[in-house]
Amino acid sequence: MSQAQTTSTRSSSLGATLGAIGRHRVVWPLAALALLFIVDFIISPSFFNIRIVEGRLFGSLIDIPYRAAPTALVALGMAVVIGTKGIDLSVGSIVAIGGAVITWRIHAGDPHLLILFIALAVGLLCGLWNGFLVAALDIQPIIATLILMVSGRGIGLMINLLYGGTDPSFTSPLLQGLSTGHIGYIPTRLLVFVFIFALLWTLLRRTALGLFLESVGGNTAAAYLTGINARMVIFSAYVISGLMASSAGVILTADTHTSDPISVALNIELDAILAVVIGGASLGGGRIYLGMTILGALVIQSLTTTILTSGMPPEYNLVVKAVVVVVVLLLQSSNFRSLTLSILARRKR
Amino acid sequence: MNEKYLPLAATIVVFVALFAIGGILYNNFVSTLVFGDLLADNAFVIIAAIGTTFVIISGGIDLSIGSMIGFVGVVMANLDVVGWHPLVSGGMMLVFGLVYGALVGLVIDFCDIQPFIVTLAGLFLLRGSCFMINLDAVPIRHDFVQDFAAASIPLPGEGELHSSAIVMLIALAAAIFIGHFTRFGANIYAIGGDRTSAALMGVPMRRTMMGIYAMGGFYSALGGVIYALYTSSGYPLAGTGNELTAIASVVLGGTLLTGGVGLVAGTLFGGLIFGLIATLINFNGSLNGAWIMIVGGVLLFLFIVLQRFLVGSFRLRSAA
Repeated sequence: MSQAQTTSTRSSSLGATLGAIGRHRVVWPLAALALLFIVDFIISPSFFNIRIVEGRLFGSLIDIPYRAAPTALVALGMAVVIGTKGIDLSVGSIVAIGGAVITWRIHAGDPHLLILFIALAVGLLCGLWNGFLVAALDIQPIIATLILMVSGRGIGLMINLLYGGTDPSFTSPLLQGLSTGHIGYIPTRLLVFVFIFALLWTLLRRTALGLFLESVGGNTAAAYLTGINARMVIFSAYVISGLMASSAGVILTADTHTSDPISVALNIELDAILAVVIGGASLGGGRIYLGMTILGALVIQSLTTTILTSGMPPEYNLVVKAVVVVVVLLLQSSNFRSLTLSILARRKR
Repeated sequence: MNEKYLPLAATIVVFVALFAIGGILYNNFVSTLVFGDLLADNAFVIIAAIGTTFVIISGGIDLSIGSMIGFVGVVMANLDVVGWHPLVSGGMMLVFGLVYGALVGLVIDFCDIQPFIVTLAGLFLLRGSCFMINLDAVPIRHDFVQDFAAASIPLPGEGELHSSAIVMLIALAAAIFIGHFTRFGANIYAIGGDRTSAALMGVPMRRTMMGIYAMGGFYSALGGVIYALYTSSGYPLAGTGNELTAIASVVLGGTLLTGGVGLVAGTLFGGLIFGLIATLINFNGSLNGAWIMIVGGVLLFLFIVLQRFLVGSFRLRSAA
């Protein structure tokens, strides 16, 4: 009896410590990232080397954020939407439509600075449409954004037909500079990302909007009763997500300098949701972690990079990703944690 | 008429109207030949969508359908190479679908994670497994495949009911029985209507949740078997995006994504509407595939708004 008691107290104190560590949301994603880096270092000791080639920084540590930037932009928008207990499945389609519009307007001969704003306006428009469906018509977010997801790539193909669609490639010093250029040693894309992140952070954390978004996600009815215009707040979340997706669209389209609505940003919505979840936010809404979302996007990209550096066939990417999702989810589940702890305690006895 | 049949009636009206439009535009469109082909061509999606109907009625969602269709085909094709009979490998994959689904249901219920995320992981896992097995299409050369494709029941007129359509109709009948005439079916509706109340009323949550996703896994595996037999090959990219077609079919069929409301039979017509749009666009010949996506999105939008309107007015009326 007394033995059983000590075991249970020991396991509960162990549980409390582990729980306290596990509860801090920054620990798990950071641990995952560190683990990946260690694996990378073991596979390829030159992993952390950063060289300067042709006047720009070069190396895996630059490459990972460089490739993660578009996904991270989409994921930030997704974090805002998920914070309101919603979801935006249409981000990939928004990227596709944006890419088609950019190519169309370049072929039409518009000034490229104007095209940049047109592309963002397209994202705004898509966000307005999603927001209208969710906030004004009260349609479930999954299905409301599914509409644009299903039809968006078709719309992109139709826009491609506007200029004949025979040659969807283009050159644009401005847009390509934003995507693949560099200022000093640093890739422009990362500077663009930091700029947009700073704007979003200011909007959410230096105005009341972030608080409103989280309160609506936490409990829409209660938020409404405290005087928050819940509809407008939800509406704004989808507009933000649309804008973020279209800015990622500019980077992705300029990167390949072509419009390919069928395959551009395929499954980016899944990666973005994954980044948000790895970042510790619940799909149940109520919390927006911007910094953690970026960390989540970095973890996903590091995973891909690790698989590539390890020499494993890229086909393994999806399976490894799936295993990571499952492990992250199980670690987040309190039921599963207590089950493993009780099994561990039983073993010790 | 009972108001729960209204969305189904609306779906059937749209289906008949689309078919009539086809008849006005093209000669010989309204024939059992076109109808029989429509049933056969879309059998695999509709079968998978039937399983999804249960998942959605319970308030969940299943994103791994398309990957399951691809995975089943790839495994069957590779087992065919080493000499397995397609019926044996197919049967094994059905068991796999059942067990896999039950496991998904267990994880969702025990760990209390959103179905969206768990089945998303399933999507990655199954699709990734396809790529790990092989990257190219592998033909299934067993004689049974030809026999299966040739088997059919003649319909009045020139048309015939192909074997895949027959399997689909049997699967549908079984699903209608399970959904509307068993205690398990009633439990699914109860969970979808209100989870907490259902648990308090004594619905065995874990068992039912495992059963729901096991059904989803079984039906999507069956869809995969039919697809593999129908195309007589296993292709690792097969079924990409079919989860969305299946979910859209369920929604067009009048099932509410919020759960608790819907009819299994509606999914048949929802899936047929999608197939009909594709057929109409193919008949035209000058329209490209982009139209299928756009028209699909527009129809989805119209139906959801219609549902919204119907549900809104009825809920308000019964509350007042």
